[in-house]
Amino acid sequence: MSCKINEMNSKQIFSKKLLYRAIKDTIPVMTGYIVLGMGFGILLRTKGYGIGWTLGMSLFIYAGSMQYLTIDLLTGGVSLVAAALTTLLVNARHLFYGISMVDRYKNTGRKKPYLIFALTDETYSLVCGESTLQEKERTAYYFLVSLLNQIYWVTGSLLGAILQQMLSFNTEGIDFALTALFVTIFVEQWITAKEHRQAVLGVVVSVICLVIFGPDHFLIPSMVGITLGLLGMRKEGSRNE
Amino acid sequence: MNKLHDILLVATVSGVTILLRFLPFWIFGGNRKTPKVITYLGEVLPYAIMGMLVVYCLRGISFFLTPFGIPEFLAVALVVILHWWKRNTLLSILGGTLFYMFLVQVVF
Repeated sequence: MSCKINEMNSKQIFSKKLLYRAIKDTIPVMTGYIVLGMGFGILLRTKGYGIGWTLGMSLFIYAGSMQYLTIDLLTGGVSLVAAALTTLLVNARHLFYGISMVDRYKNTGRKKPYLIFALTDETYSLVCGESTLQEKERTAYYFLVSLLNQIYWVTGSLLGAILQQMLSFNTEGIDFALTALFVTIFVEQWITAKEHRQAVLGVVVSVICLVIFGPDHFLIPSMVGITLGLLGMRKEGSRNE
Repeated sequence: MNKLHDILLVATVSGVTILLRFLPFWIFGGNRKTPKVITYLGEVLPYAIMGMLVVYCLRGISFFLTPFGIPEFLAVALVVILHWWKRNTLLSILGGTLFYMFLVQVVF
């Protein structure tokens, strides 16, 4: 870890100001990740898996909803093939995050592998809209945001695993933090966007797919539908020009 | 609990997740110029995907069983209003979450 930070100092513009900004921008994710991470740690512990398992999963899987689901996979004793397929379906959306970040992460050098590995829903939502930073500062900022978010997630899940026996307050409904985060970003994008067709398309296609395919299978049809819809809009736009 | 199977299972989930995250960069990355379609999708996808993620979070709601998704509806409405009004992300998330917890624990 220490060598990574040295390397960062030598090349990138990495200032205290940038760190403060990254911390400020990630505070909402911190709230959500500490809470959701704790939920994960608590749940995993109650199923008989100790702190080592929590740490390993939060370090190497690092995908919130998938980690919750992995608890079910573990206790259900499913086969490795079934586990792989489930992961493929639940995390297919990461393909789409990647597609939208190919250009943005193009010249990020040696930090690129970590940036790609750490591209969660929340990190994506923070870095995909960033437009005010200078070229030189971007990579360092992306890296800080990605790293801070994983630190929050690991800390939260470890806290959950450690405090499992001591907690007594009713945490029911606390997982709404994630929904609230996405709604907040959605509203923020709505306020700043030039046009709203894309946002409306995303919601409408997803709701239609949810009704047709049900809650467990609607993500992939939604993503296909959204992509086709966006490509259709593009054609229409170029024809009008 | 079979420890080896459990370790392999976690490794499998981790491996597939990593693969999905890296695949687009392997296909469209490199030094070649990014295809125009991908650049276009990169610009517009975030707006559409955030809508999808909101729906994804609310997918478990049943409109036919009590409480008919009312707590979710009210809490989402509060988040929208709070954010439109103050544009303070932390306030919107904390306000919405505490209100939702109050609704599901005390009211419904």
